[in-house]
Amino acid sequence: MKFETREAPYWAPQASVASMMLQVLAALVPAAIAHVWFFGPGFIFNLLVAGIFAVAGEALVLRARGRPVEVALTDYSALVTAALLAFALPSLTPWWVTATGALFGVVVAKHLYGGLGFNIFNPAMAGYVVILVTFPMYLNLWTAPRMGDIDYQQLSVLQTLVFTLTGNLPETLGFDAVSRATPLDVMKSGLNNMATATEIRANPVMGDFGGRGWEWIGNFLAIGGFWLLIRKIIRWQIPAGVGLGLLGPATIMYLLDPGSSPGPGFHLFAGATILCAFFIATDPVSAATSPKGRFIYGVGIGFLIWCIRRWGSYADGVAFAVLIMNMAVPAIDYLTRPRIVGHRKGADADG
Amino acid sequence: MRTLYRALSRGLHHDEARAVSAPTYDLGKLHGGLRLEGHKQASTAQPILDIPLPSQLILPIEQHVGAPAQPVVSVGDRVLKGQLLAEPDGELGAPVHASSSGTVVAIESWPVSRRNGDKAPCIVIECDGKDEAPVATAGTDYLSQAPADLLLRILDGGIVGLGGAVFPTAQKLMQARTAELEFLILNGVECEPYISCDDALMRECAPAVLSGARILMHALQVNACYVVVESDKPEAIGRLGEALAELGDDRIVLKQVPTIYPSGGEDQLVQLVTNREVPSGGLPTDVGCVVQNVGTAAAVHDWIVNNQPLISRVTTVTGDGVVSPINVRARIGTPVEEVIRHAGGYTESVKHLVIGGPMTGRSVTTDAVPLVKASNCVLALAEPATAGDELPCIRCGDCAVVCPVQLLPQQLFWYACADDEQKLREFGLLDCIECGCCDLVCPSHIPLTADFRIAKDRIRELADEKARAERARQRFEARNRRFERERLARDAELSRQKDSAKRAGPAAIAEILKRKQQSRDDPA
Repeated sequence: MKFETREAPYWAPQASVASMMLQVLAALVPAAIAHVWFFGPGFIFNLLVAGIFAVAGEALVLRARGRPVEVALTDYSALVTAALLAFALPSLTPWWVTATGALFGVVVAKHLYGGLGFNIFNPAMAGYVVILVTFPMYLNLWTAPRMGDIDYQQLSVLQTLVFTLTGNLPETLGFDAVSRATPLDVMKSGLNNMATATEIRANPVMGDFGGRGWEWIGNFLAIGGFWLLIRKIIRWQIPAGVGLGLLGPATIMYLLDPGSSPGPGFHLFAGATILCAFFIATDPVSAATSPKGRFIYGVGIGFLIWCIRRWGSYADGVAFAVLIMNMAVPAIDYLTRPRIVGHRKGADADG
Repeated sequence: MRTLYRALSRGLHHDEARAVSAPTYDLGKLHGGLRLEGHKQASTAQPILDIPLPSQLILPIEQHVGAPAQPVVSVGDRVLKGQLLAEPDGELGAPVHASSSGTVVAIESWPVSRRNGDKAPCIVIECDGKDEAPVATAGTDYLSQAPADLLLRILDGGIVGLGGAVFPTAQKLMQARTAELEFLILNGVECEPYISCDDALMRECAPAVLSGARILMHALQVNACYVVVESDKPEAIGRLGEALAELGDDRIVLKQVPTIYPSGGEDQLVQLVTNREVPSGGLPTDVGCVVQNVGTAAAVHDWIVNNQPLISRVTTVTGDGVVSPINVRARIGTPVEEVIRHAGGYTESVKHLVIGGPMTGRSVTTDAVPLVKASNCVLALAEPATAGDELPCIRCGDCAVVCPVQLLPQQLFWYACADDEQKLREFGLLDCIECGCCDLVCPSHIPLTADFRIAKDRIRELADEKARAERARQRFEARNRRFERERLARDAELSRQKDSAKRAGPAAIAEILKRKQQSRDDPA
């Protein structure tokens, strides 16, 4: 009898890129619902716009590069990029802003470097930074969170859709009526105006630790993140590193100088810290790859976030911190190779 | 607390050598590995089936690491069971014996299961069905033999490592004798899924395994032996425990290890049992250990005590491509086709035939291949476990997490694609044991193990080429040096003649010239 031959191992693979990406998307669902609840339906429109442009952009580039389109699209990595971008954007963002970020992330940051697996920079963060430098004004349009006792003006679904499509608010409303400074902005401008951290934290946008509403999204992101940890989609080194890199200096400075330094709780729950720790910094392609290297990579990101928040001119520093550490990845990987079993420490396999 | 536990467990070993399942907390730690579904129950449900003699036996002359054996029979010869067919040639090798009586009908190329090339020279015997053996001589009392003599005796038995590596056992032992040894480790781990031949053997022939262990201990002159079995084989552990209690040899200790693939790899087992790392490029003997498969130990027993060379082995016939998976004891050289028939034949959906296990076995095109000394498993698989499309590496690092040697397969893959020999060596490609763990967990379905195998071959080729070029260069330089030497000698001779002529002065020169003139004028 004749048989077909194959190379060992003869065992069905236990994972696939598509299922990893889908699980990442699933882990984002609770936080997405919270996002819509607190900041209105704009998130859904942003997600749709980002998703459509990311996928369409990827399909076009793949065609242009003469690569099989279907295989790459069904790995869902473009959708993960779109989702992360949507989480980073305010709920009121005109479509062309979102589209610019999504297209830049997927086409330039990802495919011009060779596509999935070859991109040096995190596509979502590259796209976000392009928005940050080209459309800075739109990134301040965070609506006030829906909390019982804050004065908030949430737009209806139709009004939000009109804004997303045209960039125009209803005639009766000005930008000031719908938007609020984010907790990090409040903290930064307050500290610049010589207010103490405690005074600033009395502002109604502040919650128990970070910003109201934001904290809850953070909680749901953390739940999704821990689920990914349990599923072993991500490993503990990067989230722990980010936490240590950010909260370590924050705690020390808080203990030394509580007046001008917000505490570690604020840093953890404000801005995109948790999103970064579990979902952005953990992008395997652009992260360091050895276990020790990943921890160092995470610590670097956390520390840079803290530096930018403290001394930078931007309120949050996640995107820059991630992109800067992306550049350091080859060096980190080279310097943190694990000792191969049977070799002396520090010796090359060859030596 | 740990120290206390250790002290207690050591105490237990001494007091009760028959400790059925030794505690596992004093084990070394293995990096990575996988817990894989065993698929072993199907083949261990029934006892080992002795399959009847086939009509034809096909015996490759190369069933071991080293040089192929040289046939000492010719076509037409009648041979008896256990008769020497081919003897080792060179330093490393093992003899091949007739698995049954019959006539040598051909010595020719035949399909076999091996990586390089799918045909190899084989001695084909037409069996006469009598299974006639020469008049049995009594087994030797090995304890009265000098270890060196015992090793030479083992050499004649055609015994090779039956775990799959088929390194000639005698030579492995002889090499080991040159090192300072502490432990003999009998490998009954059998960590690869589907394979259960060692399990079956330990269940049914535990006394033979332990007897083999004692022979090996005498040959090696070591006084400590661990018999190591994975925790998913409670019955084998039980049988061994009983046999050990009966034997009352307190130098032998039974050890249970967790069920993790690939803890049965030689170096991995040493690390697990003794917490010592075998140095890269070295051997277990470098850390005082010799590892032998339990099947090999039983084969040594059969040869030394019963005078039966290695002419049969236990093989697992399994997979969803056969009707009733089972362990069989078959003569070496039995066609796989025949073996499959005794496992109820193929199912309709059979697609692949693998000789060896699902992680490291070799896929063959035909079931005409013979069962050889290395064949621990015949795996017929129904569904092609296709990986789907291969995607680019996303550097998730899961491969590095499971690698038992702690390599970074994602980086190796990168360098293998770039054919960067220097980096491949630096990142330890040659330490890769090809266990296949990285392949299994890769979400991009990259055939990493196959790629690494190719890259290794390439490195070896390059090294060969380099060595050849180096030899050619040395030859060329030697030749130049010879020329140079000769030239110098000639020059020296010439100047010596000139000098002596000068010293002799013009008169002598005139004399010489005159002589020459004369000889010209006066032709002979």
